[in-house]
Amino acid sequence: MDNGDNSDTDRHGDDRDPSGEAAAAGPARPVLEAPDIKRVLTRIAHEIVERAKGADDVVLLGIPTRGVFLARRLAAKLDEITGRTVPVGSLDITMYRDDLRMKPARALARTEIPADGVDGRLVVLVDDVLFSGRTIRAALDALGDIGRPRAVQLAVLVDRGHRELPIRADYVGKNLPTSLRETVKVRLTEEDGRDGVLLGARRTDPSGDR
Amino acid sequence: MSRTLIRGAQILGGAPRDVLIDGETIASVGGSTSTGSRPDDAGAQVIDADGLILLPGLVDLHTHLREPGREDSETVLTGTRAAARGGFTAVHAMANTFPVADTAGVVEQVWRLGRESGYCDVQPVGAVTVGLAGRQLAELGAMHESAAAVRVFSDDGKCVDDAVIMRRALEYVKAFDGVIAQHAQEPRLTEGAQMNEGIVSAELGLGGWPAVAEESVISRDVLLAAHVGSRVHICHLSTAGSVEIVRWAKSKGWRVTAEVTPHHLLLTDELVRTYDPVYKVNPPLRTEADVLALREALADGTIDCVATDHAPHPHEDKDCEWGAAAMGMVGLETALSVVQHTMVDTGLLDWSQVADRMSARPAAIGRLAGHGRPVSAGEPANLTLVDPAYRGEVDPAGFVSRSRNTPYAGRELPGRVTHTFLRGSATVVDGKLT
Amino acid sequence: MKRHLISAADLTRDDAVLILDTAEEMARVADRPIKKLPTLRGRTVVNLFYEDSTRTRISFEAAAKRLSADVINFSAKGSSVSKGESLKDTALTLEAMGADAVVIRHPDSGAPHRLATSGWIGGSVLNAGDGTHEHPTQALLDAFTMRRRFTGSGGGSGSPGGGTGRDLSGRHITIVGDILHSRVARSNVHLLSTLGAEVTLVAPPTLVPVGVGSWPCEVTYDLDSVLAKSDAVMMLRVQRERMKDAFFPTEREYARRYGLDGERMSRMPAHALVMHPGPMNRGMEITAEVADSPRCTAVEQVTNGVSIRMAALYLLLGGSEPAVSPRPDTPRTEENDR
Repeated sequence: MDNGDNSDTDRHGDDRDPSGEAAAAGPARPVLEAPDIKRVLTRIAHEIVERAKGADDVVLLGIPTRGVFLARRLAAKLDEITGRTVPVGSLDITMYRDDLRMKPARALARTEIPADGVDGRLVVLVDDVLFSGRTIRAALDALGDIGRPRAVQLAVLVDRGHRELPIRADYVGKNLPTSLRETVKVRLTEEDGRDGVLLGARRTDPSGDR
Repeated sequence: MSRTLIRGAQILGGAPRDVLIDGETIASVGGSTSTGSRPDDAGAQVIDADGLILLPGLVDLHTHLREPGREDSETVLTGTRAAARGGFTAVHAMANTFPVADTAGVVEQVWRLGRESGYCDVQPVGAVTVGLAGRQLAELGAMHESAAAVRVFSDDGKCVDDAVIMRRALEYVKAFDGVIAQHAQEPRLTEGAQMNEGIVSAELGLGGWPAVAEESVISRDVLLAAHVGSRVHICHLSTAGSVEIVRWAKSKGWRVTAEVTPHHLLLTDELVRTYDPVYKVNPPLRTEADVLALREALADGTIDCVATDHAPHPHEDKDCEWGAAAMGMVGLETALSVVQHTMVDTGLLDWSQVADRMSARPAAIGRLAGHGRPVSAGEPANLTLVDPAYRGEVDPAGFVSRSRNTPYAGRELPGRVTHTFLRGSATVVDGKLT
Repeated sequence: MKRHLISAADLTRDDAVLILDTAEEMARVADRPIKKLPTLRGRTVVNLFYEDSTRTRISFEAAAKRLSADVINFSAKGSSVSKGESLKDTALTLEAMGADAVVIRHPDSGAPHRLATSGWIGGSVLNAGDGTHEHPTQALLDAFTMRRRFTGSGGGSGSPGGGTGRDLSGRHITIVGDILHSRVARSNVHLLSTLGAEVTLVAPPTLVPVGVGSWPCEVTYDLDSVLAKSDAVMMLRVQRERMKDAFFPTEREYARRYGLDGERMSRMPAHALVMHPGPMNRGMEITAEVADSPRCTAVEQVTNGVSIRMAALYLLLGGSEPAVSPRPDTPRTEENDR
């Protein structure tokens, strides 16, 4: 799978659903439609400007795959709002995962740090779904090997709960209370051809063990 | 005197007949099989040979018994037991022992050990040159005059590459009708050789053993034999080109004979892709085209006989990387099965021809009395019974040889030796050693 | 390729591209303040070297250490190995020590294959050069170097990762020198052709193996005839000892017929690379002028070697099973489809 589903869902093995197609195991119900996503990203952009007092030193780092597209969309909004170009990049966390040995070796995604780096900046990590928090833990480790930001914040499109680590998001598109038997699928035009967030039922075998 | 009646055996694959063994000889070969016993069968042990083929005891021109010197891999006793189980009643023990069988003393020792074993006659082969070093002729005459009465001489494992030494050896043994069995391998062309040189060696990066290194020596030696009017025998011939040379030499009426091993009739260098040293042998496994040419040559008589080149090695010499592994395969216990598989079941040879290629011809080349004789009254009772309908996987754990380095482990092969008789006494009964 | 990296011939195009893409990411780690990843923490990599090859050994060592693996260097020189300990017993020792991977350099062709298939060890085996057989990571780093140069992603800046996902289709690669004894040539012929390149071997006929006809490449004895169409010319080290075995008459004649000098280099296309796996015999297969020219990638190849070996170690050890060539019954995941 790609790290688009490093959204914390994928700590549950086959719960992750890279293609999105197999979500059809249960009828998936849309919880955010394309206009909703556009709206919450605009809101988050404004919140960032608000809280970062103009966003002068903000660097957006998306977590591949879908977090990168969200980060780029956010950056475009920020450019619009601030009239400046906000640096945006990507941060692959694969090699920092704590569950590497539980699954086959994964292909790496691109880490792309903006030219001026992250030292002394306000880094906003961007991901699609916040779940156990383990992805963000890995992202913080990865970030630490790259530089020393002034502060790190987290923006997510969906927070579905069930945290396993003391991690919270600074900017949340939608809080979505879920059961562990449910799946959250984020689809973005850049990757999936259309925008939307779907809530579905996971397949009957919850172990997902290979 | 013990008497044994073999009832209903197909002699050389022919119609069922009864054969009575009395003491060391075949007393009678009866007309047809019958359940009623004839008066002279009284008291004889009866073997029901229904469906079995009766052959003269097999003769191997090329066996490494390893004793003296490498008793960790084989001894005369274990090797002759393996031979008996494979249907052999006589084997020629190669000279590359430690010390080398290049004196009357060593060949007599081996000969005596063979007599004591009682499983199979052991005819020692004498070295051509002292220490197999290729420089100085060994005392060929003394070895011939010894109790072992050596008639076959070979530096096998090494080639007699010096043309003058080869010529002298060929000439010298004429005095007592000896024969030089040449391990044809041009040494300079095979330095660092690990396998057949060709497509597979190019890919695997293993040092190549080119066919021409064999063929060039055979070419020289058949010309030398013709020039001095001597007998030359080509050991383990392995290439299609060698077949052509021997065929041409025979067409000239020159006194050339040749042998092929069972493994060269079946296996190809493709197996080396596994890098499993069980396939490492000298001469190396060749190509499919070579295998087919060898089968054809054995069928048409260009190649005179099958010889096992039984080469036992201890486990550690094969349980290692290819480059460090010893060359050679055991073969006594699987030879007949491989020949049935490659030659009989393919229609290339019938059983009477198998008897010729595995008994009569090798005995004749070695001038070995009492072996390779017809199955008829008055002949020595050196006999082998084979069940050609048997099918089974080769299980090295069941070998009686001290070594297990067979390339056929797990492979299904046809045929099984059920009984072997050496001068009338059974060495193998129902597939088991007595 | 399953658990092991034994031969470039075992790699599919997708395997090879995945390794190159992964190496592309690994290369970026070298530009960071902290050149280390936690990925293989707690894993043990043994460098088992039966031949002196400091260059290859330290490259693997650096790669393993950058991934936080524990590295044990086991040199056959001066150890029990030189006292006749068999490969098997050494392997059993390494297994008992809990080696997750064994990087082996051995003078016998097939020794890594044997190590991987004999059941002596349970870990992954990486071939760091066996006899005159293969040296797959060398071929991978060569291909990586070419892809970076051809797509302009090398040299630090340029369009980052421009080559990701790409192979070497349509490229003409010429390999010159002692093909017969070269594991680098064997691995490169397999890998480069798998990646879509057209490979031409150039050597005196004595240094071309019998059986080369089955290889996926062209063979010529005339270097000058192929220079103009080459996107890269890879010069192999030619050992002077070969002269004694009459593979060629003199060093001078070899250099004249098969060496790369400035004049020959000038007849290559402007973009074409000169490659050398090292160590170079200056004055033999390559002149100093060519070796020191900006077209020569020899030093870059060394740098890239670490990235490639990181990629190989990661893909073999970084998960519960290797990422390369999943078993046919394993559903393909996006990792492999990317």
